[in-house]
Amino acid sequence: MIDWFLDTFGGVGQRVLHGVRRLGYATRFFLLTLAKSGTSFARFGLVVKEIYSAGVLSLVIILVSGLFVGMVLGFQGYNTLARYGSESALGVLVALSLVRELGPVVSALLFAGRAGSAMTAEIGLMKATEQLVAMDMMAVDPVARVVAPRLWGGILSMPLLSAMFSAVGVFGGYLVGVVLIGVDEGSFWSQMQAAVDFREDIVNGVIKSIVFGIAVTAIAVFEGYDAPPTAEGVSRATTRTVVTSSLVILGLDFIMTAFMFRG
Amino acid sequence: MQRTTLDVWVGLFVVGGLAALLVLALKVGNLSAFGISHSYTVYADFGNIGGLKVRAPVKSAGVVVGRVSDIEFDNKTYEARVSLNLDARYHFPVDSSADILTSGLLGEQYVGLEPGASNRVLAAGSTIRLTQSAVILENLIGQFLFNKAQGSSGASGAAGQ
Repeated sequence: MIDWFLDTFGGVGQRVLHGVRRLGYATRFFLLTLAKSGTSFARFGLVVKEIYSAGVLSLVIILVSGLFVGMVLGFQGYNTLARYGSESALGVLVALSLVRELGPVVSALLFAGRAGSAMTAEIGLMKATEQLVAMDMMAVDPVARVVAPRLWGGILSMPLLSAMFSAVGVFGGYLVGVVLIGVDEGSFWSQMQAAVDFREDIVNGVIKSIVFGIAVTAIAVFEGYDAPPTAEGVSRATTRTVVTSSLVILGLDFIMTAFMFRG
Repeated sequence: MQRTTLDVWVGLFVVGGLAALLVLALKVGNLSAFGISHSYTVYADFGNIGGLKVRAPVKSAGVVVGRVSDIEFDNKTYEARVSLNLDARYHFPVDSSADILTSGLLGEQYVGLEPGASNRVLAAGSTIRLTQSAVILENLIGQFLFNKAQGSSGASGAAGQ
């Protein structure tokens, strides 16, 4: 009886302890990376290279997804709004849902899949092929040289990507709503401008995307740095990056929405 | 990839991102529509504000001349004290009246300013005396039903005589 009990529930406590320990280690690693970020700004070329691989190379998927999300919003929003005879509010619906929620959240999820996984795999492989150790041997700090530029490249790219996602999405909604279905163009834009507030909606959306950028890249670089130096370890770390950062994005989004748009 | 091409791409990326933010701010949002720096605040007390919300427009002759900046309950008069942030370009006589109106049948509520005839204009911080509360649809329906019932009972009484 007691053996069965231990076998079944003994692992729970161990797993919780392991999770807490990892969380503490991840936080310490994040703070260490921040403390060693001075080099990244002194040699800004390193960050520019990471903005290229995290931001510029994610552009296609972000822009295409944004356009399609906006167009789908246009169709679905029109169907529902037309039932109540308020098709002219389509612009408001498309713009508010993109700027407040879908822009930051969906672009962060795509960013985690496109750039976060690549970051983890890259750092994990560097560790597996002992490049990080080699750097350390040459008195080059791998955290300052490899991890910090990736962190900052991701943090700087994320708000820009999410702004482009929202802008393209609004354009997609315009294409479907005004050009295809024939909602009045004037009321589409003017109702949108009357309802979307710069401080309340747009700035809050940008704040969200900055927080997501920090979360996703911090998770990605940590998982890469912490990955077991084997092929299987790197592949698991990459999977964990995508899963963990997606969950963290959704959780953080709920908390921030509760604070920002409660009233 | 060559160092310079990489810089060009990253530069384009940053410019594109900032341009998207600018589009969101100017075309989607209303940053350009109303500057906060050139405005003055006047107050109006209403018996019932209905569904008026902060940031609702203040209109005169149908033109947006300001926004509702704050709504609070005054515990001395038991009325709602609404702060109206008016564009500094527009001035209104002191005997102007503020009404809470609805755009369309189910649209959002806004404050309508009806200019008075006085020569003196509303200064910043002054209070509009003449106000008309929001029309509460339930009260209207109740009144209508009440009148209807009274009218029909009166008519039947007249027929009986």
